[in-house]
Amino acid sequence: MTSPAAGKQNAGKLTLSRALNEGLRKAMENDPKVLVMGEDVGRLGGVFRVTDGLQKDFGEDRVIDTPLAESGIVGTAIGLALRGYRPVCEIQFDGFVFPAFDQIVSQLAKMSYRSAGHVRLPVVVRIPFGGGIGAVEHHSESPEALFAHIAGLRVVACGDPADGYAMIQQAISCDDPVIFFEPKRRYWDKTDVDLAGGVAAALPIDTARTLVTGTDVTLLCYGPMVRTCVEAAVAAQEEGKSIEVIDLRSLSPLDTETIFASVRKTGRCVVVHEAAVTGGIGGEIAARVSQECFYHLEAPVLRAGGYTTPYPPSRIEDHYLPDLDRVLDVVDRAFGY
Amino acid sequence: MAVKAAGQAASPSRSHDEPPPTPQLIQLLTPEGERAEHPDYPLDLTPDEIKALYRDLILVRRIDFEAIALQRQGELGIWASLLGQEAAQVGSGRALGPRDMAFPTYREHGVAWCRGLDPAKLLELFRGVSHGGWDPKAHNFHLYTIVIGAQTLHATGYAMGIQRDGALGEDGEAAIVYFGDGATSQGDVNEAFIWASVTNAPVVFFCQNNQWAISEPLDRQTRIPLYHRARGFGFPGIRVDGNDVFACLAVTRQAMQAAREGQGPTLIEAFTYRMGAHTTTDDPTRYRLSAELESWKLKDPIERVKQYLIRSGMAQESFFTGVSAEADEVGIRIRKACLEMPDPDPLSMFDHIYAEPSGLLEEERAQLAAYLSSFVSEEAAR
Repeated sequence: MTSPAAGKQNAGKLTLSRALNEGLRKAMENDPKVLVMGEDVGRLGGVFRVTDGLQKDFGEDRVIDTPLAESGIVGTAIGLALRGYRPVCEIQFDGFVFPAFDQIVSQLAKMSYRSAGHVRLPVVVRIPFGGGIGAVEHHSESPEALFAHIAGLRVVACGDPADGYAMIQQAISCDDPVIFFEPKRRYWDKTDVDLAGGVAAALPIDTARTLVTGTDVTLLCYGPMVRTCVEAAVAAQEEGKSIEVIDLRSLSPLDTETIFASVRKTGRCVVVHEAAVTGGIGGEIAARVSQECFYHLEAPVLRAGGYTTPYPPSRIEDHYLPDLDRVLDVVDRAFGY
Repeated sequence: MAVKAAGQAASPSRSHDEPPPTPQLIQLLTPEGERAEHPDYPLDLTPDEIKALYRDLILVRRIDFEAIALQRQGELGIWASLLGQEAAQVGSGRALGPRDMAFPTYREHGVAWCRGLDPAKLLELFRGVSHGGWDPKAHNFHLYTIVIGAQTLHATGYAMGIQRDGALGEDGEAAIVYFGDGATSQGDVNEAFIWASVTNAPVVFFCQNNQWAISEPLDRQTRIPLYHRARGFGFPGIRVDGNDVFACLAVTRQAMQAAREGQGPTLIEAFTYRMGAHTTTDDPTRYRLSAELESWKLKDPIERVKQYLIRSGMAQESFFTGVSAEADEVGIRIRKACLEMPDPDPLSMFDHIYAEPSGLLEEERAQLAAYLSSFVSEEAAR
């Protein structure tokens, strides 16, 4: 079942899309109960090609082209999970998850609680998210905070191909429902991915990863902002500022231990996400950091993120999205207290 | 208001080129208690089987009465009565095999009974002691679902799992999902119809059309008989007398067996009536006429079985008094169970949210524990 390409790519670089594909393939090989379901995931291989070739190799019973209805995708995935399967649902774009919101929030998240632990729903809902691809409305959103607010869900975002490969397998083997955000504008970014290495050695899915070690300010990010923040750290180094960059990876639960340890060291904290800052993940982090690291802080926790607007038309999206300069601008402000 | 007036002004027949076909109703036992035959639904029951159905009907109604009384006495927060729908639930519930899976709404107390779930578990939910908390696998009876229609997709997905497990065939498995007339307007129910149809899933859609969605009559949900909708989705639809336990049994048996054998879904519309309020918080006198209720009382699902048993000489007075006494015992037992139900430990609210312990939740549990114990220590200080 291993793809012919896999061997050749063991030592090489993979795109995020390909790495996720390899991760899905591995999970399907390892566990016959793993299913992939969604719109256009079969013959087409998904609009971002994440499921490319899976139906050919695993058959239509395991890679299901579903009717075009998101509530149905998640609702039937719940039923399949009740029967012992581990469905991986693809929501084609972030803005299309809302028809499934009720099934995710009221059913998927709460079934374990409702059943006093008798029922587990190991369902993964994959959502390509974020902007920067010049798309029309509903194709560039970052709804992660809406899910992180819901008890019973795990919410994660992968930031690079290596993490994508490991995290999708970890999400599938997790017995809780996982909302799995994939940064769609990074689907074609390439990094080294160790396909031969087992996922057991990978960082646990609910653990943050320190990507750049620094001493002056902690920069917290996830998903598409990981690359931006690493680039910002390099640029800041040239200006003599030492930025510590942490990829949160898990948005629910948050790895507060890693966050607090870093902020206690640096004394400054900036949270970066594409999502609107109002009511976002950054606000939650700011509250917790302020409470737990109060006497270590040199400045208030600051946020760089989207404005409190709907996602704007693509010709002006660059002004909405935090980029390297916007991140550095907020970092500079953290030094102004 | 303008919108509503416009909607009402539309004639029900305006957009139909042909007169609608007369709805067909499968009935095997008339309201007067006379046996009717139907060529498609032969039903051969022994006297003991019929008596067992009667016993189910009586006990289920008794459980319902006891629960209403418990709510009135402040022991339950709310109760959703099944009064009038006993035959639909017992008939369909007794049509299931042990390996079939049933997905209920929050009103399927009669199905719960048939599946063997202790009625006290239902009281837990309505008392506010749990959100259900039973193991669906223990009796192949899923948790009550309160969001209208959501469970139809769960049943359909479960049925897709049956297909993938290769558990179809003469002694195969199937799922049945319960919902009401109001639910047929939900997107999830329509999506479930589509899914089941295109996947040919072994699922039976059992719609108890009790004529009312809280205060909204059927004409707020549909302009055609509900069972006709199945045709548009590409599978059979049948209307059965929902107050006829024989017909509900026969029709559901056949639909389940068709599903088990790989013939795909069926929509059963059990035409019945919600004789009570929507729940104990509802006041139906605000929206429906008592004459309607009186007319449905003549079609009572239990009385007709009793008449049939008496007329056919299958049961004597001692049988009826025996069942009645047993019903009282069940009532006493569940009342006692309800009154003895302890409130859950407040700290248990943090349980079972995730498969593994969560750091954040353990922290919050400790916070609540510390807060609660601060009151104890104040008392001790005095």
